[in-house]
Amino acid sequence: MNGLRRILAIIAKELTQLRRDRMTFGMVVMIPLIQLLLFGFAINTNIRHIPVAVVDQSNSGLSRVLMQTIAATQVVEFTERYATPQEAEAAIVDATVRAALIIPADLSERVARHPAVGLGSPPSTDQETSRPVAQWVVDGSDTMIAAAIKGLRAMPLQELFRQPANRNVPTFEVALYFNPEQRTVVNIVPGLVGIILTMTMIMFTSAAIVRERERGNMEMLINTPVRPMELMLGKIIPYVFIGFVQVSIILGLGYWVFQVPVVGGLGHLAAITGLFIAASLSLGLVISTLASNQLQAMQMTVFVLMPSILLSGFMFPYEGMPELAQHIAEVLPATHFMRAVRGVVLRDASLADMSDDAFWLLGFTVLGLVLASLRFKKRLD
Amino acid sequence: MTQWAIEATALTRRFGELAAVSSLDLQVPSGSIYGFLGPNGSGKTTAIRMLTGLLKPSDGHVSVLGLSLPQEAEALKRQIGYMTQRFSLYEDLTVWENLQFVARIYSLGFREARKRIQQLLSTYGLEALARQRAGSMSGGQRQRLALAAATLHNPSLLFLDEPTSAVDPQNRRDFWEQLFDLCDRGTTILVSTHYMDEAERCHRLAILDSGQKRADGPPEVLMATMGARVVELEAPDLRQLKQDLLGLPEVVSAAQLGARLRVLVDDRVERPQQWLAGLPQARMATSLEAVRPSLEDVFVTCTGAAREGQ
Repeated sequence: MNGLRRILAIIAKELTQLRRDRMTFGMVVMIPLIQLLLFGFAINTNIRHIPVAVVDQSNSGLSRVLMQTIAATQVVEFTERYATPQEAEAAIVDATVRAALIIPADLSERVARHPAVGLGSPPSTDQETSRPVAQWVVDGSDTMIAAAIKGLRAMPLQELFRQPANRNVPTFEVALYFNPEQRTVVNIVPGLVGIILTMTMIMFTSAAIVRERERGNMEMLINTPVRPMELMLGKIIPYVFIGFVQVSIILGLGYWVFQVPVVGGLGHLAAITGLFIAASLSLGLVISTLASNQLQAMQMTVFVLMPSILLSGFMFPYEGMPELAQHIAEVLPATHFMRAVRGVVLRDASLADMSDDAFWLLGFTVLGLVLASLRFKKRLD
Repeated sequence: MTQWAIEATALTRRFGELAAVSSLDLQVPSGSIYGFLGPNGSGKTTAIRMLTGLLKPSDGHVSVLGLSLPQEAEALKRQIGYMTQRFSLYEDLTVWENLQFVARIYSLGFREARKRIQQLLSTYGLEALARQRAGSMSGGQRQRLALAAATLHNPSLLFLDEPTSAVDPQNRRDFWEQLFDLCDRGTTILVSTHYMDEAERCHRLAILDSGQKRADGPPEVLMATMGARVVELEAPDLRQLKQDLLGLPEVVSAAQLGARLRVLVDDRVERPQQWLAGLPQARMATSLEAVRPSLEDVFVTCTGAAREGQ
């Protein structure tokens, strides 16, 4: 009873201090708001309008039609025109363009012999006589750009002659569930919940205990009957509410601005988010008991934040990482949350479907709280 | 309650090689004001922290209000108040909010807390400042707030670590009046200071230097038994005279006070006044006068270092 009263006292004090700290208070709202708009619009893995150059050595009607057909795919945009391949290579080096299309002088003959066109009689299959019609020189250092241009390799040539493409029967039929339009933002928004919560929750709490120590309040606090666990709980509970406010901002804006649906039940969403917030907060508390000043706490927050962004599956698929990186990712609460929240928001998964991740987050929270309480001593030595 | 509020034997605290406090024996009687007098770095704060259970002694035995430390530190916390050297309340909270927070931490009921806070605000003249943030208050106001917070739960033992270091003389006088009021109501107070005039107000005091207790007892007794007598003399060229006198083994210390030289003479010298007058170095002296010793003289004799002379 007295314990509860002391926890409430600390919560009330934290909230008053937070209300007075305009900057932090503003950040609670501004971080999710700005970051969501920024990432929602900026991060896009469907690459469009890559600036490219053309070296047209054929300079024929056919070459112009070829360029128009390529431009019509919207993957690339011809921004430069050079006379020689050397100039085009120089333009790639100085990053004026990311790739260059070299159209050879004998374009017409190559097209005529190309098996896809079927003008050659008989169609030639011989390496000697059937060659690609033109060449792409690509800055391959960015694999996403390279992959987009590689996608042009098998562009149907029939369109060059305004003929309907042969109805090729694909080897596989692909049915895209949950994001049929392949919009990146659908995957980004729920992931962003995890990233922003990792950032703000760990940052706020990691500073919480350290700040009391830095400002000298700790010497007063440890002289009172307050117990370590009460202090820890009183410190994190206000931020649980803040976490939920941030989640509402992100998912609400995601719904209104980016039309990202929340398919799953709100109860499941609240449960898994609550678990993640608790896990992040308890990690922040552990940092708080390790760091001796706010700068150190901030450094440790970044130490956790970077892998949470890069390894959690937010940016790159978890499955694509080497095994060692996957093991590291498994330790991070963000990885488990990323998996679970995408499940709930996009695929209507229930908490039971996500029980492994949920239990892991729960375990992490308990471990963190116990560790922080054990590390926190009511003594100065 | 026992006769002694604090009893410590051979209390020692080492930080690595350095002994911040070594073999401190202490007996603080209940219901009195006990002073720790010593320069910065003499171990006052370390000693207080050990007595409040904030630091674990490296050696020795401590019993505070009948509870032995550090085992029973948690039980002790409800019965003691501690005013830290540095202001340790929340600067971004108002006076009222700070006191309310402390009241809640000590589990005072809502009505009880309200009454107690009102009472403290009027005792310490903080009513007009109730809505002001602690960070924007003066040193004296903060000190009164800190004392109010430390006494909110009516502790029977109060530790004050250099409470008046950031306060002007008038505020210091008022502050001591409040301490005597608390003491009258039965609170035992342990206060550390490096001001001589403050130390003189204590019922008993201990002189600490380099982590060791050099002397303890009531100030009058300390002054009476300090083992030296004080003579003030007037003479031309006091700087030179001081250097000459300090060379003599009988002279404990010599300190210039304006146009006078305050000389502490070892009490093995029977008649210090005549002895000084007979010295060839002091033949120019125009007046020689035996004066009452001050606590500063006690301090200088105890610590063996005539700080102002060197």
